[in-house]
Amino acid sequence: MRLHELRRPFKRPAISDQQRRREFALLRQAQQRSDSQNLARRLASSVLDLPNPASTVDAQSDLTESGDLDAVLAMEATEEREAISPTARDLDVVQASKLKGSEGRRWFSRQLMLPEWMIDVPPNLGRDWYVFARPAGKRCFVVSSSGSTVSRLRNGSVLHCFPSSLPNGARTKEMSAPSHVYCILDCIFHEPDQTYYVIDMVCWRGYSLYDCTAEFRFFWLNSKLLESGACNSPSAYHRYRFSVVPIYDCNQIGLRSAYTGVVPYIKDGLLFYNRHAHYETGNTPLALVWKDEFCSQYVLDTDSKGQVPAEQQVILELHDGGKLITSDDPPIVVGCLDRDFLQQSGSQIGYLLRFTVKDESVRIADGKLQLGDIKFISRANRARAFADSYSKIFFQYAARHSPLQFQDLIAAMQSNFDEKSGATDVEMAG
Amino acid sequence: MASAQMNNIINMALQITQLLLSAQSPDGRVRVSAEESLKQFQNANLSQFLLSLSVELSDDQKPPDSRRLAGILLKNSLDSKDAVRKLELIQNWVNMDASLKSQIKESLIQTLRSPVSDARQPASQVIAKVASIEIPRKEWVDLIGHLLTNMTLPDVPSMLKQATLETLGYICEEISPQDLEQDQVNAVLTAVVQGMTGAQGNCEVRLAAVKSLYNALDFAQSNFENEMERNYIMKVVCEAAVSNELEIRQAAFECLVSIASMYYEILGPYMETLFSLTANAVREDEEPVALQAIEFWSSICDEEIQIQDEYEGENVGSSVAFHHFIQRALPVLVPMLLETLLKQEEDQEQDDSVWNLSMAGGTCLGLIARTVGDEIVPLVMPFVEGNITKHDWRSREAATYAFGSILEGPSIEKLSPMVSAGLEFLLNAMKDQNSHVKDTTAWTLGRIFETLHSSNCTHPVVTPSNLPCIMSVLLESIRDVAHVAEKVCGAIYFLAQGYEEAVTGSILSPYLGEIISVLLSTADRTDVTNFKLRSSAYETLNETVRCSQIPEASAMLAQLLNEIMNRLGRNVELQNLSSDEKEKQSDLQALLCGVLHVIIQKLNSSDNTKSIIIQAADQLMVLFLRVFACHSSTVHEEAMLAIGALVNAIGMNFIKYMPEFYKYLDMGLQNFEEYQVCSISVGVVGDICHALNDDVLPYCNGIMSNLLKDLSNSMLHKSVKPPIFSCFGDIAVAIGENFEKYIPYVIPMLQGAAELCANLDSSDEDMMEYRNQLRRGIFEAYSGILQGFRTSKASLMMPHANHLLRFIETVFRDNYRDDGVTKAAVEVIGDLADVMGDSVKLLFKDTTFHLAFLKECFHSDDEQLKETAVWAQGMIERVLAS
Repeated sequence: MRLHELRRPFKRPAISDQQRRREFALLRQAQQRSDSQNLARRLASSVLDLPNPASTVDAQSDLTESGDLDAVLAMEATEEREAISPTARDLDVVQASKLKGSEGRRWFSRQLMLPEWMIDVPPNLGRDWYVFARPAGKRCFVVSSSGSTVSRLRNGSVLHCFPSSLPNGARTKEMSAPSHVYCILDCIFHEPDQTYYVIDMVCWRGYSLYDCTAEFRFFWLNSKLLESGACNSPSAYHRYRFSVVPIYDCNQIGLRSAYTGVVPYIKDGLLFYNRHAHYETGNTPLALVWKDEFCSQYVLDTDSKGQVPAEQQVILELHDGGKLITSDDPPIVVGCLDRDFLQQSGSQIGYLLRFTVKDESVRIADGKLQLGDIKFISRANRARAFADSYSKIFFQYAARHSPLQFQDLIAAMQSNFDEKSGATDVEMAG
Repeated sequence: MASAQMNNIINMALQITQLLLSAQSPDGRVRVSAEESLKQFQNANLSQFLLSLSVELSDDQKPPDSRRLAGILLKNSLDSKDAVRKLELIQNWVNMDASLKSQIKESLIQTLRSPVSDARQPASQVIAKVASIEIPRKEWVDLIGHLLTNMTLPDVPSMLKQATLETLGYICEEISPQDLEQDQVNAVLTAVVQGMTGAQGNCEVRLAAVKSLYNALDFAQSNFENEMERNYIMKVVCEAAVSNELEIRQAAFECLVSIASMYYEILGPYMETLFSLTANAVREDEEPVALQAIEFWSSICDEEIQIQDEYEGENVGSSVAFHHFIQRALPVLVPMLLETLLKQEEDQEQDDSVWNLSMAGGTCLGLIARTVGDEIVPLVMPFVEGNITKHDWRSREAATYAFGSILEGPSIEKLSPMVSAGLEFLLNAMKDQNSHVKDTTAWTLGRIFETLHSSNCTHPVVTPSNLPCIMSVLLESIRDVAHVAEKVCGAIYFLAQGYEEAVTGSILSPYLGEIISVLLSTADRTDVTNFKLRSSAYETLNETVRCSQIPEASAMLAQLLNEIMNRLGRNVELQNLSSDEKEKQSDLQALLCGVLHVIIQKLNSSDNTKSIIIQAADQLMVLFLRVFACHSSTVHEEAMLAIGALVNAIGMNFIKYMPEFYKYLDMGLQNFEEYQVCSISVGVVGDICHALNDDVLPYCNGIMSNLLKDLSNSMLHKSVKPPIFSCFGDIAVAIGENFEKYIPYVIPMLQGAAELCANLDSSDEDMMEYRNQLRRGIFEAYSGILQGFRTSKASLMMPHANHLLRFIETVFRDNYRDDGVTKAAVEVIGDLADVMGDSVKLLFKDTTFHLAFLKECFHSDDEQLKETAVWAQGMIERVLAS
């Protein structure tokens, strides 16, 4: 009959090095498997729905009217592709990177998510939003692919073309990555320290983050950027440093930190991101910008000479019938030019024109801004790609008269809190 | 022909006695020829053969020698250690003619009555073997009843009672509790307990009864739940524990050990009695009994440690029985065990089979420390302090052993000050005159480094100021006698391990060269025949390499790489070896390949040192191939592991070795007997796929056919099967659309395995674990295939998409699903949506479980899982929006 095994391990260190070796091997294999499968998953997402379908249609009508034949052809080509593969609605960024000159500019000028200006405090600011101090500098779209990194300004023009440690961002022996590995970052280039501050991550290693919430994008941004070595000091294969900005939950503490906290860059206002929002190209009310004198040197818009004019100026786009529209989608008509003027000035549809706003003629009715009388100054700088948005015009107006102040934001936090506790009371009473 | 054969069989049956005796003849020729004839008989007519043997066994006229061998041959015809052979034997028996079987069984029962113990004993065992086949099949239902009449009828000779009890014991050992009805269990237990108590019963009967009880305890679940029956069983066991007969006392204590682990929760009322029984036994009884008595307490510790582990962090509430027996007995238990530590034997370190009172006592003390933690410290320290400086070596050794034993369990806060205060003393004790003391001291140092030393702990035991002294002692003592040197290796192993996590250079780095060289010369020592020291030295070298810091160690590791390659080169040159030498050669190869594996991995972990591996790759590969060639039929596991690391290090450059290497990979994949080799070979296929991508294509037919065969091989250890499925995924990702031709074979395998998962026994934890592994493997296979087919062949998976989705749903609803499976499931959902796109839109529209599934994942604490779920959701949304 079987006897109880009496002998127990005695004074023997529990070394089973072979078992450890096996386990390490298994771990490594599992890691590789998940790496390579994830790589394939990211490749999948490389056929992206880059701009949203609505803006495509808009852009098309826009272009048709402006008579830009090349662009129309490009659009038609896109449509053909669309017919073949429903997921390939648009050019992907790799193809787009090959576009030259104006085509490239036009494509890239439509890729950024543009925050609206904060005219009033959104409900649940204290619950659903993030806040961070916007670095002062040039907003740009940074794409690393095929062994180089290109940054493009809001209007689509190239700012820098340089090697970086971003995935596939430089041509080095160690870093030869397949062409489908690329990244898209939403950045602000901060001149004083020559650093790209990354404020959003759009694609990482070919993995699209367009359809991900801000919460997830920021999380991913913070975990992945550092790993890549892009935050290291500049070196031969890494010309500019990248950096993240501190992002706070928008509660009273977070808001104060963003507003008064010390950061290595010059602040230009605060950005608010709704944590549930996906990355949308173009204007969105789910990202907001707010400024005051304390946290920005550029609260009031400057004119073409870089001076703050005595009266507010706006840039509007000339539409058919002389209508003057904002860059919103759909556009808002804020004024009209008469036929005579049009003929005199030789202005054409699609032109961006600069006007002075007559303060005394501005009306605010039902929370809506009506510009009333505006005075033409000149055609806008050619580098501009867009008219002002409605929210910007409103914010600028408010900034000159009764600005939304930091205390108002803090107070909104407080009332958010009150609302919540109020709701609880009701529930409990019921 | 047929009749000639028949005659032959009759002849053999008539001559069976002679054949059985000849088969035990001292004359080799006679023996071989008899064995040959018996084999022939068995092959020609199995049932006649078995019948003849059983008749021989039961016949009191036959010589005991032939009867005993008849019994053994019968037993061997019913059972085998080899699982496949065993199945075959069982099938043979089941298929035999029923009337013949009942004749055999009748003879066997009859044999129990024989006055010849050489016949009775094998008969009991054979009965149990037959029972183990038939009782689970609900055959031979009257066996138990029949045996029990032997116990209840008046005037049954005690020899028959003894044989009957032994038979019952063997039967309980062979079958599992659910095979017997409760009334049968009751009857068996009654018979056994009566056998233990019967006043007229002789010692043999009582001993047989106690031993049977030991095997029957497992069946007594419901009897132990009944207080009266439980009291009675405990009473008779305790009585047996103080029997006059040593063997009965020993067997009774074995029962108590078994009861301690099986029925811990009901022990409360008996503990007082059990404590005094065990204490008396430890102090006064003979060693075999005393050892069991200590083991009783070790088993209680095992139970209480397990309870605390399972409910770690939670308040161990009333729902589980946690009696704190150890804590309550602590003040008397610890002194009792400390006494045993002084009963060492001379030279106990030299013999691995020794198990004596001091070893058992110290081991139990260690378990107690793990059970109660800090509370043991004040009970042990006075003993340590009082004895560690005594003149008598036993006192010094016992004190050190006591100290070393309690280093695991108590808090670091409690231990650190004591250890820091005592470290210098221990280091000096490595110069003790007695090698037992040095052995235990070195072991204690190892324990200290293992439990209290790491680069980032708040109470560092090893400091820059005492490290020089520690190192000089260790490097000196490693030259001591083999068993001391082995413990010193252990100490260095754990000392190095403490720097595993060191971020900025470890303070061990300056000693690295010296450590490596002293370990290499330890491995070379010729004054020891024992293989253990050599293997400890190399394994310690591995840990030293693993925990070294690059770049400061780079040059040294490169040099070590060369040295180990030279050693392996010399080893594979050895020729014309005896089988003993061949075994030694192979053992050394294993160790050297192990070191190479670790060095490759280490050097590959940093960009600065990768090139060293790339430069050495040719030479390494030549060596590994020669290692394989040393073994005619089998592939060396360690070499295979090292090759995996090499593939990983040199990537696509590995392609040039494939033509040569492939045949060994092939052998490895076919080696189902040594499943570890098979398993590692499967892993290496994965490595190769990742490294070579579609360059692996020319080898895929061979690999796939091996893998598919392995999956259908019932003899292959089941743990290899999940990785094989994962490996399908690796291959599919690597060769993309070329995987198409394997689909007709692979998909049925995946679906079959998915079905198998549903049928695994969900009351068996190991099976649930296995089910998780299997499911994960299946998901990884699907993920790989889907991804591989993305660009052009996605539609091939369309017919299987629904099955896959349903399978995922089943897994989602499984409560035993672990995190790994969850993640793999979410990935495959995403892949399905992503790769199949529009074509699975309807499937996703028709189902809702994925919403709940993803939602669950969003709430997970695992960031990676969250990421994956976010991605999968995005993929599904895109499909639904299209």
